[in-house]
Amino acid sequence: MRVVLAEDLHLLREGLVHLLRAHGFEVVAAVESGPELLAALVGERPDVAVVDVRLPPTFTDEGLQAALTARRRVPGLPVLVLSQHVEQLYARELLADGSGGVGYLLKDRVFNGEQFVDAVRRVAAGGTAMDPEVIARLLASNSRNEPLGRLTPREREVLELMAEGRSNAAIGQRLFLSDSAVGKHTANIFAKLGLAPSDDDNRRVLAVLAFLGSRPG
Amino acid sequence: MNAARRTLVALGRGAALTGLALLGLAVALVMLTAALLTFMVGLVFVVSPAVRLVRAVTGLARDLSGRWSGMPVDAPYLPAPLPPVPQADGWYRDGRTLYKKPTIPAFNKRWNWLMKDPATWRDLAYLLAAPVTCGLVAAAPLLATAYGVVRVAGGDPLGVVWILLAAGVAYWYAPWALRVYGGVAAVLLGPTEKARLARRVSHLDAARTEAVDSQAAELRRIERDLHDGAQARLVAIGMTIGAAEQLLETDPRAARALLGKARDASADALQDIRRLVRGIHPPVLAERGLGDAVRALALDSPLRAHVTVDVPERASAPLESAAYFAVSELLANAARHGDATEAWVDVSARGPALRVTVTDDGRGGADPGRGTGLRGIERRLGAFDGVFALNSPAGGPTTAVIELPRAFPLRTAPRSPWRLLGGLCWALWPIALFPQGLVAMVLKLLGSPVKSWFLGLHMPEPFQWPVIVGMMLLGGGLLTVALTTTARAMREKEGGGCG
Repeated sequence: MRVVLAEDLHLLREGLVHLLRAHGFEVVAAVESGPELLAALVGERPDVAVVDVRLPPTFTDEGLQAALTARRRVPGLPVLVLSQHVEQLYARELLADGSGGVGYLLKDRVFNGEQFVDAVRRVAAGGTAMDPEVIARLLASNSRNEPLGRLTPREREVLELMAEGRSNAAIGQRLFLSDSAVGKHTANIFAKLGLAPSDDDNRRVLAVLAFLGSRPG
Repeated sequence: MNAARRTLVALGRGAALTGLALLGLAVALVMLTAALLTFMVGLVFVVSPAVRLVRAVTGLARDLSGRWSGMPVDAPYLPAPLPPVPQADGWYRDGRTLYKKPTIPAFNKRWNWLMKDPATWRDLAYLLAAPVTCGLVAAAPLLATAYGVVRVAGGDPLGVVWILLAAGVAYWYAPWALRVYGGVAAVLLGPTEKARLARRVSHLDAARTEAVDSQAAELRRIERDLHDGAQARLVAIGMTIGAAEQLLETDPRAARALLGKARDASADALQDIRRLVRGIHPPVLAERGLGDAVRALALDSPLRAHVTVDVPERASAPLESAAYFAVSELLANAARHGDATEAWVDVSARGPALRVTVTDDGRGGADPGRGTGLRGIERRLGAFDGVFALNSPAGGPTTAVIELPRAFPLRTAPRSPWRLLGGLCWALWPIALFPQGLVAMVLKLLGSPVKSWFLGLHMPEPFQWPVIVGMMLLGGGLLTVALTTTARAMREKEGGGCG
């Protein structure tokens, strides 16, 4: 699988290249600035991109902007964005086009190589990978949301994992539940939130995220 | 009908101010007499009541013209002296003289307070100038009407023209005349540049002390947070890794467990630092500016918050940060104490100022005197001359307005032509009013043969009086223009400059 990587800190960039290569990815470009990143994304058309939000030359949200621009030019281009901090605002912007294939994780998540690579694969396959911190803040800001209050604690746990972008199988593994139990919980969640049920994992996740992010802001 | 009422009210106010100007002229004459008696005859006791009389009249003028013209005028007087305090031996010292009773030192203090205050003499200047300048401007419609009535009564039907003219232009003229009056009052009755600067310096001094103190407290807090949080965790991580290193050969499984622990600890350290950074300067503010940072705040808030942003460019970083933390605090308050469900945040530019309005539908009753958070906002904004206004009636809604002046560069049209005109008027008004007007009038009344350079006296007989009166009116008009241009320059300075 071909990967474009953008990270301005040399040590971290080398670490990520090493990690990805060790898991069988082919790193076609490892760049360190916004303009280089955009050129690589549009030129190389990788299977997935791993991008740091803050990049030279402006050290603002250069990386995020390059990723968003590239996705406008190449619709559905899978992008996993890494940052030292997470903002709902940025998550919304990444999800805005509704086509999936986006990830938004704290940099700490690379500590656990297996889980990180799993997230990269999920994004490459058109899925989503939202940081638990984003989901926690999303749920906290929805604390007065009427339908959410009707969920049982277990259903809430399932909802959190689902919003992070995990499949039913992964959720079951995490919570020590059978596939059918997870299926029952997700059906209940969809009924309580008034969402149309869907068999497609990705579409399901996007529906949940859209529901959580639907407050006017 | 409304317009007619407004015009009548403006005319009435103009008339009242004119009346006040005439009263002021009488008071000025009293004051001049008192000054003459004091300095020539030595009747030092008449000055103090005279000055008090002057201040009563100018105080009324300040109040009325400020209220009616929309240009508030601050009182410029020095603070009153404190009563004399006896020395340890019971005597009162005044300079190098000792007094048994406080009467004379008190009188001296009071005398100095009244006589050495430039505002006393500027008050007198105002009282003398007002009738011929702004008083005349304000009274013009009434004078024209009165003149017309006299002409009609004298059997000249054309006098009606004057009355109609006055009635016709009054709608535009009367409010304008009030503004002219306000401008003149602001120049002569307001604090001088020097007094304003002195007040400004003491204000800046206090603001600086507060800013330095709060910055020092902030740095102490950061130091403590780093010391107890991330730093301590890094020490623990180092020790854990060291231990794992030693166990690597003998007990690889234990070493692996330790390394896992070290990794978790490093995640915790990152979490600490992230929280700290958010409190110092939120990354989203650095990356996106105030508008998006406020949007991010709204998204994180449990309230349904609506954000509108309309600013031409990014303000300076410290200013943005102050506004950001104020909005953060206000939204948190609304959610925590106000039982609000919805909030509206508006970020906009008003001229060079940045204005942020936060409104919520909570139950109100917020009191800036009670909450430390609200006081913190005021302190933070104070360093930028920011203003924080809170309107929170019991039962809601709560509206908080933050205004930070000079957030954006000021773009004003060059105003040199006005300056030039003002300077010209300042130079010319005495020539028209005094020699060509008053002196010529005196010579004319005395029937003196001297003509000198007095234009009116060189005219053929029927034009002499009109020219003399015209010269006096011209002098008053020039002085009025001079004063209003100065007032305008002052206002511009105050709005955008360092005033």
